[in-house]
Amino acid sequence: MERLKPVDVVVIGGGFTGLLMAKELATRTSVSVVVLERGPDRQLLDYMDDMDEVDFSLRFRMMQNISEETVTHRHTTANRAVPVREWGHVRLGTGTGGSGEHWTGVANRYPEDTFIIKSALKERFPASRIPADLSVQDWTLTWKDIEPFYTRVEEMMGIGGKAGNLQGRRIDGGNVFEGPRSKEYPVRPHLQSYAMTVFEKAARELGYHPYINPAATLPADYTNPDGISRPACQYCSYCMLYGCMIGAKAQPTNLLLPILKEKKTFTLRNGCWVRKIVHRDGRAEGVEYRDENGREIFQPASVVVQATFTSGNVRSLLLSKIGTPYDPATGRGTLGKNFTHQMSGGGNALLVYPTKLNAFMAAGGQGMAFSDFDGFNQLDPDANILRGGTFTGGGGGGHPIASFGTTPPGTSARNWGSAWKQAAIEHNDRTGGGPGFSAEHLSYRHNFLDLDPTYTDKWGDPLLRTTIDWTDHERRMRDFSAKISDRMAEEMARVSGAKIHHRPAATTGRRSGRYQTAAYATTHLHGGAIMGDTPADGVVNTYLQHWDVPNLFVIGASAFPHAGPTNPTMTALALTFRSADALIERYLKNPGKLV
Amino acid sequence: MKRREFLILPARTLGGYLLASTLAGEPFLAQAQQAKAPDIKIPLKFFTAPEAAVVSAMTERIFPTDANGAGAREAGVVIFIDRQLAGPYGHDKYRYTKGPWVESIPEHGYQGQSNPRQIYREGIIQLGNFAALGAAEQDQALIAIEKTTFFQMVRTHTLEGMFCDPLHGGNADMVGWRLIGYPGPVMAYRHEIEKYRGVPYPKVEPQSLEQLLGRKVPAWEDEPV
Repeated sequence: MERLKPVDVVVIGGGFTGLLMAKELATRTSVSVVVLERGPDRQLLDYMDDMDEVDFSLRFRMMQNISEETVTHRHTTANRAVPVREWGHVRLGTGTGGSGEHWTGVANRYPEDTFIIKSALKERFPASRIPADLSVQDWTLTWKDIEPFYTRVEEMMGIGGKAGNLQGRRIDGGNVFEGPRSKEYPVRPHLQSYAMTVFEKAARELGYHPYINPAATLPADYTNPDGISRPACQYCSYCMLYGCMIGAKAQPTNLLLPILKEKKTFTLRNGCWVRKIVHRDGRAEGVEYRDENGREIFQPASVVVQATFTSGNVRSLLLSKIGTPYDPATGRGTLGKNFTHQMSGGGNALLVYPTKLNAFMAAGGQGMAFSDFDGFNQLDPDANILRGGTFTGGGGGGHPIASFGTTPPGTSARNWGSAWKQAAIEHNDRTGGGPGFSAEHLSYRHNFLDLDPTYTDKWGDPLLRTTIDWTDHERRMRDFSAKISDRMAEEMARVSGAKIHHRPAATTGRRSGRYQTAAYATTHLHGGAIMGDTPADGVVNTYLQHWDVPNLFVIGASAFPHAGPTNPTMTALALTFRSADALIERYLKNPGKLV
Repeated sequence: MKRREFLILPARTLGGYLLASTLAGEPFLAQAQQAKAPDIKIPLKFFTAPEAAVVSAMTERIFPTDANGAGAREAGVVIFIDRQLAGPYGHDKYRYTKGPWVESIPEHGYQGQSNPRQIYREGIIQLGNFAALGAAEQDQALIAIEKTTFFQMVRTHTLEGMFCDPLHGGNADMVGWRLIGYPGPVMAYRHEIEKYRGVPYPKVEPQSLEQLLGRKVPAWEDEPV
């Protein structure tokens, strides 16, 4: 094995969190930073060629090569896990920028009480209402601690939105249920499509508080505090699963890489597959990796930052034998604990609008939402659920293949042939549903991560095994969301003149009731290396510093003790900023435990 | 060396058109069209000629040419499928194919060992003399296999070949996009999104990605396997 010259900091993973950490280090200190990224280098010009649905939306050209590494899944410890053989429930990116290149740009903060979930549930419900196997915990920080970092992420990216709670003042048109913001969004909200105006009108008629969803696809030209200028989004609709060819979508390659490339202290090495963090006596010594030619290399470093996707972070710690693997039978151990996956739901209505939607004009993250049922808001006692979630809709982005073929029930006997073709053409770009639902996934003792005993990656290292299933609580949340969504759909039909069809739940793909890996859910996996107030409660402390190995930082959504109700990117990056501040302002001056 | 197989179609079958990108590097096609030859010979990358005839007939029942306009035949869907199966997708190059192979529950999706090339080959054999049957008999044969992995795959690929960018060999002359009024990839709608709010977008001549960029765009299926 070749041994390289030591560096100050080695970052495993060149995605959003890893490159943000590198940018903070490279611009605020003189330490040397090496980022090891498994995938290829990417840059703006690469994205000129990618307005192609087959290669990018259907064959997942920007994703990790799943033939080399995947995860396995089983519902319970009594089942045998099988590998996820092709991209289904999640889509993990690769290459410089990671999933931060192909993400959609949905840019919500979590609600204020997400961070004190355990205390909030305890205050709200008698102990008898809390499921015995719930393993939620408070996040080691409160809204006041994280709010300034949310602001920094929004200003870095130029998030377009409208405040609904500015320092306690509620503002119509924004999300009035959000936690108090210190500042207005840096950029105006997105332009509205027809479908968004229908959603907004219907939501207002029902007394909800709709808002244009905050998005990282710039609604107007913007220059961020780092001096990075990006042009306004052109609504081309090639956003989710694509890189943005004009740099309007906030991506590591347009926000961070231009700054990093100027720094002599920064090195990015692509094609490097890290297999192990080497450690001795509670100290990380560096990382072992294979470079693009398969050579085995050891990179010594004073600080190691583990910054891959949630699943990659946890697997790296397990393979490196750092920390105590979680045992669901005894509840002992922390590594792999509290694995969660953002909950989604929605209704069963199909709307046929009187006009074409022009869904091919759209931006990632452009859409409407209302949070009237978030958290404890308007909890329906009959629904018997502990938490609600956010309803969203009106987004476009219809590409010709995936959006073709929706027909109202009863229009043709089968989904092929002349009769179906006629109905599908007639209804093309005219159909929609009620709002979708995005909700908290609480953590449970039985949902966890460990190493698979059978399946291996291309080097022969064990795959990560996911053990997870929905419980009756999530199934009740879904039923609740269908009720609200279907009611909204009726109102949307009324205000727009659309014809409404009620489809049997079994045909809409939302009701299998069990966790599944075959069809897309969201790429939002959380937990497994969670933050905790003590080493017994978490793998990392509130600054994402490993409890047992102080010169190791494990950053990203792997630190989330449970899943908030909306997409996790803003929260993952806010925690990264906070971790970077602690690393730079305190750790580097006085290396040791920060807590 | 394997004998080269061709799909032979009447020159006017593909609506009288084939974009250059459909058959990159096959200049004789353009010549055939210029000469108004009665038949055109399309070199196949995966199928044998009889296999291509079966798949072509299947796609034409799934998305027929009829009173509602062009179908799989005009779009060249079988050419799209042939190229997909010849490339990394057909070979499962980007699928996790390590064993042990075990059957599992539907929530885990397709766990079979066969790659798309094998699924097609075996499925085509089961259909026997399908290409020679009349339309009604063909429909009955397809109804009988409607639930199979093979049929579902062909249906999915038929829609892909109808509405893909022509750089993949289907949607020849963008007949699929014309059917549904899809303008093709367009870089800027910023000044139109509010103007056409609730108003149908005007019928425009669609534009492919290669037309938009003015150069060749590499298709993933052409990556060496």
